[in-house]
Amino acid sequence: MSKSNVSMKVNGKAVSAEVESRVLLIHYLRENLGVTGPHIGCETTHCGACTVDLDGKSVKSCTIFAVQAEGAEVLTIEGMAAADGKLHVLQEAFREMHGLQCGYCTPGMIVRAHRLLQENPAPTDAEIRMGISGNLCRCTGYQNIVKAIQYAAAKINGVEYKEAAE
Amino acid sequence: MITGAFDYHRPANLSEAIGLLSRLDSDARVIAGGHSLIPMMKLRLAMPSHLVDLAAIAELKGVRAEGDEIVIGAMTTQHEILGSELLAARAPILKEVATQIADPQVRYLGTIGGNVANGDPGNDMPGVMMALDASYVLRGPDGERRVAARDYYEGAYTTAASPGEILTAIRIEAPPAGHGWAYEKLKRKVGDYATAAAAVILTVSGGKIATCAIGLTNVADTALFAKDAAQVVIGTVADKVSLAKASAAAEAITSPAADGRGSAQYRTKMAGVMTARALSRAFARAKS
Repeated sequence: MSKSNVSMKVNGKAVSAEVESRVLLIHYLRENLGVTGPHIGCETTHCGACTVDLDGKSVKSCTIFAVQAEGAEVLTIEGMAAADGKLHVLQEAFREMHGLQCGYCTPGMIVRAHRLLQENPAPTDAEIRMGISGNLCRCTGYQNIVKAIQYAAAKINGVEYKEAAE
Repeated sequence: MITGAFDYHRPANLSEAIGLLSRLDSDARVIAGGHSLIPMMKLRLAMPSHLVDLAAIAELKGVRAEGDEIVIGAMTTQHEILGSELLAARAPILKEVATQIADPQVRYLGTIGGNVANGDPGNDMPGVMMALDASYVLRGPDGERRVAARDYYEGAYTTAASPGEILTAIRIEAPPAGHGWAYEKLKRKVGDYATAAAAVILTVSGGKIATCAIGLTNVADTALFAKDAAQVVIGTVADKVSLAKASAAAEAITSPAADGRGSAQYRTKMAGVMTARALSRAFARAKS
């Protein structure tokens, strides 16, 4: 019952498929396309592990049907590094600042941080915390995630990264 | 979590959407941002056989001024509410509310129309729309009508809208320049629904409260218009005694459920506390 044709761009690549209307974007990405960077954490719109960038918006891909993304441009963690494998500055920042431990939340966290820095290139620590409030991390206590995003912001802005006093 | 099966429709304009709703089974539903409906569909609390997606309908988007009125298209997202200069200047309470709804990802997709239309008592905008005396524009096969926010909510998920009608816009008569506003929301964590919340819009004249309207969130089956609580502060300077009277009047009309956010008694008490705090902050912001 009720299949629809859906076409979108995922990490710059045009994809098209016939899918059941009820297929969530996260399932389409992971199961149809093998794009397994976005994770399924809670599947109830809380944890943010499935966050992808969709037409310049951070969205939880467990709470949108694939058919709703018709015509959209989707960016996942797989699309962040350069073609030659050079890490995106946010990926480098998370590595350098120990912004992850188990890594489960990291793909969503980095894709969300990317959009946050597009909208607010020099955020305060408080703005970062509010900006990632839709992404849960159960390992780091967020301290090093905030530092990593500041590190990336500084590098993008061409200024020296200074660690804020705690 | 997999939802029930449905047929998906993406009409290009409003008349096509209304035509679809008339033609399809009675359990067809419109979907806006989907951030209330999809979670309900996953839990199979909603099992529509058809979804009519409003995303492609340009006439439902955007915020504009029409004389003294502000018109907010139903498909305007919470994220767009936060970025609207018109709202920041003329109805700043809406920005204060939107920042307290869910989290950034939800605000990119969640719409103001969805927030007010479905009658979820946990949603923040209905009580605020009561305080602003907003009206909702409903379009159906028989044409267009307007329903005051204060008359729209009949029970949890039960509203004055008929199944074939679509909420297309919210119309607000902009509060006068210099008005005071506040939305006080007690929540367990960022992104949570309110344990209790209060919205206040007031004006001050000669140092005293001249007009006042209060809406309450998530302390009954519907958002509440707290008429008596607002009445007792008129002519006062939002002093401690008047605020206590307003709190008591607000508490008197609540009937919250006990849930993870607290006992019914606690949530009633918090409705009073939020009312006093919102009044106090709105008064401090108002210009005489």
